[in-house]
Amino acid sequence: MALLEVNNIKKSFGKTEVLKDISFSMEKGEAVSIIGSSGSGKTTLLRCLNFLETPDAGTIRVGGEVLFDGSDKTRKSDEEIRRRRLHFGLVFQNFNLFPQYTALENITLAPKLAAKAAGVKNDEQIVETARSLLAQMGLSNRADNYPHQLSGGQQQRVAIARALALHPDILCFDEPTSALDPELTGEVLRVIRELAENHTTMIIVTHEMKFAHDVADKVIFMDDGYILEQGTPEDVFEHPHEERTRQFLSSYSKK
Amino acid sequence: MLGEVTLALLEGFWITFKLFALTLVFALPLGLVICFAAASRFKVLSAVMNFIIWIIRGTPLLLQLLIVYYGPGILLGSNIWGGGDAGRFTAALVSFVINYACYFAVIYRGGIQSVPQGQYEAGKVLGLNNHQIFRKIVLLQVIKRIIPPISNEIITLVKDTSLARVIAVYEVIWAGQTFIKSAGIIWPLFYTGVFYLVFSAFLTWLFNHIEKKLSYFE
Repeated sequence: MALLEVNNIKKSFGKTEVLKDISFSMEKGEAVSIIGSSGSGKTTLLRCLNFLETPDAGTIRVGGEVLFDGSDKTRKSDEEIRRRRLHFGLVFQNFNLFPQYTALENITLAPKLAAKAAGVKNDEQIVETARSLLAQMGLSNRADNYPHQLSGGQQQRVAIARALALHPDILCFDEPTSALDPELTGEVLRVIRELAENHTTMIIVTHEMKFAHDVADKVIFMDDGYILEQGTPEDVFEHPHEERTRQFLSSYSKK
Repeated sequence: MLGEVTLALLEGFWITFKLFALTLVFALPLGLVICFAAASRFKVLSAVMNFIIWIIRGTPLLLQLLIVYYGPGILLGSNIWGGGDAGRFTAALVSFVINYACYFAVIYRGGIQSVPQGQYEAGKVLGLNNHQIFRKIVLLQVIKRIIPPISNEIITLVKDTSLARVIAVYEVIWAGQTFIKSAGIIWPLFYTGVFYLVFSAFLTWLFNHIEKKLSYFE
């Protein structure tokens, strides 16, 4: 059974239909890249998965559990949405680290609050985990730095560690390198690549075509609110069925 | 003579200081209430609050003092403030609290709006509830951003307290002025400026200190 099943998701903002009919699924341990031009709905799809937007219709299931069902109109409590949201992690385009906390504190804040709410006392272990995540990101010596003291690439790696600390079933990346100087994208992509090699389940929205090709088990091409094409990287990049996909890819290869 | 004048002015400045301090004690939290009410989902409440803010910010504090002190007497036929110094002081305090709370409300609103949406979203995707997001993420960022405008406002308040003189609150300016009549000298009135200067210098130092404390993040 697929870990994530998304069926017939639709989302409009006012009169603008951003997601017209989105269905896809992915397995545990898979990395899925979502490509497509700006405005095709990639980011909105990720935001729907993370409950930052509520879809107008469709269903989202994780591990068989229905997390969202558009036909169910009963209002969910904030608490319920919060619990469901934790199946997903999200790394933002512009990091969104908390400026008043150090790198380490950014990572430990949410786990500590969660532990406290559950009445568990394991702050030491949370800090331990955060430190090892920082080490994994190559940032051991940056634990006590504040975000403004870090480069964009370092900030984004802290943000990745922060998302990982909550052990989401599926980690989502929303154009994780778009806000970075070209020479800093490499260090972030390298970290994501390592996560893929360790079979972290991930959805990556990206404009880095080569990266999408190399890192993903599956590539989804979105256009104008639809998934136009999906398959292995070879299928989508080398043997696209749709004229629109070819157009899109050739606009990148020309660059 | 200087010692005598200084003592008299200190007595007046004590009233100034009480008006100043009590205004802050009530206006700082009331401003937060007004800020939330003005941004409320209940359209009637927010409309009323924004109307009040408009009135208060759009008219002179001097006029508000006079209306608050004399208004109830004219409208209700009885002086709700009670007689004497205490009554006048209370009326002045109420005027200052309402006026400053409205200014603080607008500053709070600006501070809250200046925190990027991404901070709230990052909190949400990390599973924090709204209360935790406000307390653990947003609040300190808001405080850092509003310290400069709030300190400006507070230093203005030090000097605005002198307006209470218009309803005969015996503050420092009034104390200085009495020497014109009683001793035929005007310098005590000018001397009151020193009290304001020293006090606002202290406040400036205090706020610089707080700003420095919060400069560890951006």
